[in-house]
Amino acid sequence: MKASETAVQTLRERALRIRMRIVDLVGIGRAGHLGGSCSLADIMAALYFYKMRLKKEDPKWPGRDRLILSKGHAALCQYAALCELGILDESLLDKVKMLGSPLQGHPDMTKCPGIEANTGSLGQGLSIALGMALGLRLDGGEQRVYCILGDGELNEGQVWEAAMAAAHYKTQNLTAIVDRNGVQATGPVAEIMDVGDVAAKFAAFGWNTIEIDGHDMVQILDGLEQAEAETARPSVIIAYTTKGKGVDFAEGKAAYHNGTLDAAQFQAAKDSILRNA
Amino acid sequence: MAKYPTQREAYGQTLIELGALDNRICVLDADLGNSTRGRAFAKEYPERYFEMGIAEQNMMSVAAGLSLTGKIPFVSSFAVFVTGRAYDQFRQTISIAGLNVKVCGSSAGLSDYGDGSTHQSVEDMALMRAIPGMVVLSPADATECSAMLRYMARAAGPMYIRVNRNSMPDLYEEGQIDPAEPGFLKRMDVLRRGKDVALLATGMLVSRALEAAERLEKKYGIQAKVVNVSVIKPICREKLLEIVCDVKAIVTAEEHSVIGGLGSAVVEALSETPKPVAMVGIQDRYGTSARGYEELLASYGLTAEAIEKAALRIMARQ
Repeated sequence: MKASETAVQTLRERALRIRMRIVDLVGIGRAGHLGGSCSLADIMAALYFYKMRLKKEDPKWPGRDRLILSKGHAALCQYAALCELGILDESLLDKVKMLGSPLQGHPDMTKCPGIEANTGSLGQGLSIALGMALGLRLDGGEQRVYCILGDGELNEGQVWEAAMAAAHYKTQNLTAIVDRNGVQATGPVAEIMDVGDVAAKFAAFGWNTIEIDGHDMVQILDGLEQAEAETARPSVIIAYTTKGKGVDFAEGKAAYHNGTLDAAQFQAAKDSILRNA
Repeated sequence: MAKYPTQREAYGQTLIELGALDNRICVLDADLGNSTRGRAFAKEYPERYFEMGIAEQNMMSVAAGLSLTGKIPFVSSFAVFVTGRAYDQFRQTISIAGLNVKVCGSSAGLSDYGDGSTHQSVEDMALMRAIPGMVVLSPADATECSAMLRYMARAAGPMYIRVNRNSMPDLYEEGQIDPAEPGFLKRMDVLRRGKDVALLATGMLVSRALEAAERLEKKYGIQAKVVNVSVIKPICREKLLEIVCDVKAIVTAEEHSVIGGLGSAVVEALSETPKPVAMVGIQDRYGTSARGYEELLASYGLTAEAIEKAALRIMARQ
């Protein structure tokens, strides 16, 4: 099913509002994962507002599609999306990382509605998603499981254990999305630990691979459709993105992986997102 | 004759029995299913058995995912791998969120005697015990192992059970332990009465403690109370205080490092009780290869004689 131009435009607006909320969540004078959250905003909008079957009034509806944010440090993007969706109350956004807040530094399913698993220790989410895909398939369910990974996260060996096992078990209901923003915590992925040709690696393990521009909404939707159409293998979407996308002074910079904004930068970030929309 | 010849046989067979009653039960192995006996489940319920290959970390996180879809996964490998190699996976996703994943540390302690230090676990209980809110179980024979597995299947939350590889003396009769007993985790069975010294033992060392008690009585007229402490965490402090209130001294005995296992748990629980405690266990060392299990246990001082000596030593302090 092809999304209409109006639907695509609406999703772009959702992504814009998610980015604005990410900046609010980063706030002024405290560290926050701006870069890897902004790189994901368009993908997150497509998943939550178009692709995934959800009931926002019942976040635990058994028939829902699942999203595991393996790169748990991008929690701000997920909180922003869940708020935009109405699963999280707007008033919670002020309380991120506050003592006792459901909005922890990394996603916590026991504290925050809409979160499917505790992630943050990198490299584990794809395995969790695989377990979910196996469990749902065992019950004959139609649900799909999505898992978002960072490209730096691919340094972790467990990702490749999961890649091997998912191909072995032919979990066609599993889609991995790699946020290929090219920058990890302390520098460019190519310099810190080069992950090379990610699509070729997954393909070698037996996955259906799809490469897209992760900021082009039409390509994102097409990629998700192609993944769903695959009936024999797990799929991976390599989404080429820009770290800090939309916040021009932060784009492509490791400094904003978990950086701090002062009051002027906070405003500049918002202005930039609106200007680039 | 007990129903199961070994604890690991009890693991395989009990899971098959549980699998028949509850289709949420799944079993995962990491290419050691013949040793853990988990693989027996595959013959009965192939769709609920997941061979995960030699990849324990992925196995543990996959179990987390299965539990998130309502399954009750039992994850098995050698104790040293399932607690060590997959520690972070267990901690981060399963334990923090309290997921219903059951972990079986098979070939625990020195019971895989031939394979040496890399395959023998001296610290599995220490690792699992340090995890907040964790349940750590250490059965004394195959019958208790089976009862504990039945308890694990019915009670929610993450749990660890250590399972011995070899045949060991039978202490319980089939049906003697009720897995549905409401106070199951407060179990601390007094197997022999005595008021001079309490021998608190777990796993393989429980039968050794019974033997030591006989020797103490025969040789010295000492009455030793022998207690099977199979719930290592949460250790029931009230029960423990009640058990030791009439003895002068305490000996703990375990096939595990004296750092972080039963001895530590007892001393922590009794830290405000002025009773001397001697610890029989592995003295801050790794395991090593041997041709036989008994020979290996003896070389690490995990014998009835060692428990007897420890009792005499600690009683002399009085």
